[in-house]
Amino acid sequence: MHTEYKYWYPYISPLDPCPPIKVKSYNTPPNLYLGFQPPSLPQFQPREALFHGTLWPALFSPYPNGREDEVTNE
Amino acid sequence: MWYYEKKLEYPVKVSTCNPTLAKYLIEQYGGADGELSAALRYLNQRYSIPDKVIGLLTDIGTEEFAHLEMIATMVYKLTKDATPEMMKEAGLAPHYANHDNALFYHNAAGNPWTATYIQAKGDPIADLYEDIAAEEKARATYQWIINLSDDSDLNDGLKFLREREVVHSQRFREAVEILKEEKDKQIYF
Repeated sequence: MHTEYKYWYPYISPLDPCPPIKVKSYNTPPNLYLGFQPPSLPQFQPREALFHGTLWPALFSPYPNGREDEVTNE
Repeated sequence: MWYYEKKLEYPVKVSTCNPTLAKYLIEQYGGADGELSAALRYLNQRYSIPDKVIGLLTDIGTEEFAHLEMIATMVYKLTKDATPEMMKEAGLAPHYANHDNALFYHNAAGNPWTATYIQAKGDPIADLYEDIAAEEKARATYQWIINLSDDSDLNDGLKFLREREVVHSQRFREAVEILKEEKDKQIYF
């Protein structure tokens, strides 16, 4: 199972004018990993499919909260 | 030809009169990676692309118009009863001067939509890679708008639209796989 977010640590200069954001993240939704969609994947019920925006849990990408807990900037 | 269904693809609910949010949302209406660009790009590219993926471009291009209609509804509701004073406070005075509270195809910075936002290269791989990039850019734009918005009802609709970008990207990636397939190659098991 892939993670919805990847994190990186930008260089922090002592001369940066704004308080630094130590950890930055970017979104990596499931379509980056699935390849050609295999047949017969499990499906949502129609009502849940509408709310999720897709028929397949394998393609559902929650935002802003991914499956991994978002790292906070502490 | 098209049949029109007089309903939205997904319900749009807006709980606050918030012209400032409309100013950002208009990016998805008449911006480079907006729904209008997407619909026109795909529906135009499909004439010169291998038969196997024409249907995909038709389907996705059509759905983009359904998204355009959702964005239009959101923008309309966010500004419907906004007074000139409120438009001014939201930084929409230039828009008001030109359009009153009407919608127009321009981006968040007020630049009118232009065909230079889209391309049809005639090369199937180049075109589909552009389409994949467009979907990912639209997904990112939705993320940034969701981050700016505190209207949870509106965000519900925006999250739906973002998810559709993910699904469309997936389908375009599959289309590339179809076109990459070595048709004449012997397959040994």
